[in-house]
Amino acid sequence: MKFGILVNEGPYTHQASDSAYEFAKAAIEKGHEIFRVFFYHDGVNNGTSLAVPPQDDRHIPNQWSELAKDHSVDLVLCVAAAQRRGMLDEDEAKRNGKTSHNVAEGFRISGLGQLIEAGIQADRMVVFGD
Amino acid sequence: MDDGDQIVKKFMYMNRKTPYGTIYALESLEVVLIAAAFDQDVSLVFADDGVYQLMKDQSTEEIGMKNFSPTYSALGDYDIKKIYIEKESLDERGLSLDDLQDLKYEDEDDDWAEKDSIHLVSRDELAEVIDQQDVVFSF
Repeated sequence: MKFGILVNEGPYTHQASDSAYEFAKAAIEKGHEIFRVFFYHDGVNNGTSLAVPPQDDRHIPNQWSELAKDHSVDLVLCVAAAQRRGMLDEDEAKRNGKTSHNVAEGFRISGLGQLIEAGIQADRMVVFGD
Repeated sequence: MDDGDQIVKKFMYMNRKTPYGTIYALESLEVVLIAAAFDQDVSLVFADDGVYQLMKDQSTEEIGMKNFSPTYSALGDYDIKKIYIEKESLDERGLSLDDLQDLKYEDEDDDWAEKDSIHLVSRDELAEVIDQQDVVFSF
């Protein structure tokens, strides 16, 4: 089956991102396809390259990056939500006159249309939120 | 247009939270407005505290936030004609439809007659509508 995933909460405060990650991993292990993971609301903060969690804790952004690398999962941060919250890739930083960027490897920034497209293309859309 | 645009699915946007206090309502509305460009079959639901999103005469000056409630009246222009309000959610909060904005759309198949977009449904009826959807986004 082809799954689309929506993550509506940021890392650590809520379990939504952990649950979405575990779901995606399990689905891939079972031979399913993850069409796209779309990060919205505070969910965009899962894509930060600047998180430094304690060493004995899971590294949520890195977990996602590794999933993207190992299984070519498309991780998309909503551009409008990301800009509000100070999540910028190199292009966006340049465009907005900012001196740094902070989108982790494996994530890309794009529009809300990508969420709707996931809803259209996927067999099932699964929402992880509060 | 890619192939995906020819598929028409039933999309439901479920609004369950107050308009202010958290950003969910505003960002949900942003999704709905973008999604309108995709020519899908769209329904909106306002349930739980989400019914407050449609309250008339909202004033946000004192909290320093933008009052985005006038945007809901434009939904009809985006071809969004199915707006479900859960009756129990209104009752539990001492509200009635009179407290909410009157949302309309113009029916192109009926000489652009103005019609009500709002459907007041019971919790059980809403469950049936949800069951008919292909995609449910809950905010």
